[in-house]
Amino acid sequence: MTDLRDAIVELYRTAASSLPSDVEAALRHARGKEEKGSNATTALAAILENIRSARETGRPLCQDTGVPVFFIKIPCGVSHLAVKSIIIRATRIASRNIPLRPNAVDILTERNSGDNTGVGFPVVYCEETKGSSIAIDLMLKGAGSENIGQLYKLPLEEIGAERDLEGVRRCVLDTIYKAQGKGCPPYIIAVGIGASKDQVTRLSKEQLLRKIEDVNSHKALSAFEKRLLRDVNRLGIGPLGFGGRTTALGVKVGVNHRHPASYFVDVSVSCWADRRAHLIWKLQS
Amino acid sequence: METAELKADRSTSDSKGTKTIHLPLTEDAARSLHAGDRVFINGLIVTGRDKLHNYLFNERPPKERIPFHLEGSIIYHCGPIVKRTAKGFQLVASGPTTSMRLEMYEPRIIAEYGVRGIMGKGGMGKQTLHALQENGCVYLHTIGGAAVYLADRVQKVLDVWKLDEFGMAEAMWLFDVKDFPAIVTMDSHGRSLHDELQEYSYRELKKLTRMK
Repeated sequence: MTDLRDAIVELYRTAASSLPSDVEAALRHARGKEEKGSNATTALAAILENIRSARETGRPLCQDTGVPVFFIKIPCGVSHLAVKSIIIRATRIASRNIPLRPNAVDILTERNSGDNTGVGFPVVYCEETKGSSIAIDLMLKGAGSENIGQLYKLPLEEIGAERDLEGVRRCVLDTIYKAQGKGCPPYIIAVGIGASKDQVTRLSKEQLLRKIEDVNSHKALSAFEKRLLRDVNRLGIGPLGFGGRTTALGVKVGVNHRHPASYFVDVSVSCWADRRAHLIWKLQS
Repeated sequence: METAELKADRSTSDSKGTKTIHLPLTEDAARSLHAGDRVFINGLIVTGRDKLHNYLFNERPPKERIPFHLEGSIIYHCGPIVKRTAKGFQLVASGPTTSMRLEMYEPRIIAEYGVRGIMGKGGMGKQTLHALQENGCVYLHTIGGAAVYLADRVQKVLDVWKLDEFGMAEAMWLFDVKDFPAIVTMDSHGRSLHDELQEYSYRELKKLTRMK
């Protein structure tokens, strides 16, 4: 499957150098809403120029090409191990050719592997699908925004959060207030709610795959997402923390069932450079 | 209602546009900069992030053992992507990294190495603000994520130190920059736009969490 390997190298290139059009459109819209001549508009103008220049020249739009996170749907009968091994090979080629910044560091020796591969690096989540194509979503998750994410166990008295959506709202506001401008706003904010810690962190990451304009199919959650976006933008942190009306471009919420005794909320944040790309690989039969 | 952007922009509105600065900076020149000033930086700057700060802080190498002149220069919190070509180093992308991770190291580094500017993103804390006042230095905020845009304002990658030991992202790179854009967000007079914005957002947070 050399062809798939090369397609994944190209997926890396697209993700690293070409910001999804929905994110770019939202940034353009944000520039129109900020005060003329403010630091916020100056910063957004530079960001938009950066997006254009990166796309035209094929250079990574941010030097932190992040942790690659793959969400893959694989048809029955195709080996998950084989797909993962192709991803590792593609990652090495992409790191050298695009190039990506080497970001995989050994915990014990502090050595950088030099090619973005290592234990649990890249992050690869596979699940089986009924279809006949391999569907791959790749996210290049920058560390600045990953570092401002938070996991909450409700109830949490210090932020007045009980086990309900109001409690979740307080978690989101707490995360973004504490983050201020450190993770490169305008942010895209994703929330996962459910029974176990590992599950909600993955669920929130998956929410980041949704397009900005995507409307939650659950009516109550759709209204909740809109409310969260409005509230977060009242914090006034603004583009890059310069102050302004646009602290976030979108908020996405996903829910699982929970245990009667547990209520975990994970808030995962993307910087404005929300780099994701999608590939559908048809298998020959 | 007072808006956040008006507050953060107060000193910009009464300054006379963007100031062009040439490195190395004197103490007086650093002290003449104020929070809100927009600047174009020209001259030699060095990069340095987690490992480099840890090294300077713990090993305390004397100035003469560092191949570049830090006196009057700017330490840029940046882990760039650099390609090695036949003609030398080619800069691919070089935006700022989050400065706050370096808060515990920065005050001593400012004092010992005589830098006049710290540049990055997201702002820094009370200890650094105090060190800026004590030593005559400024914190410069540049544009997070705009790595290609900023790389195009680096004329040349002149040299590198600790590349083999620390790796591409963590080494100290010497850049010659031309009209590199930044905003002074923390000055030597005790003012931090980050603190002011945080106070504003704290008041908003309290309003948002009082109501159900």
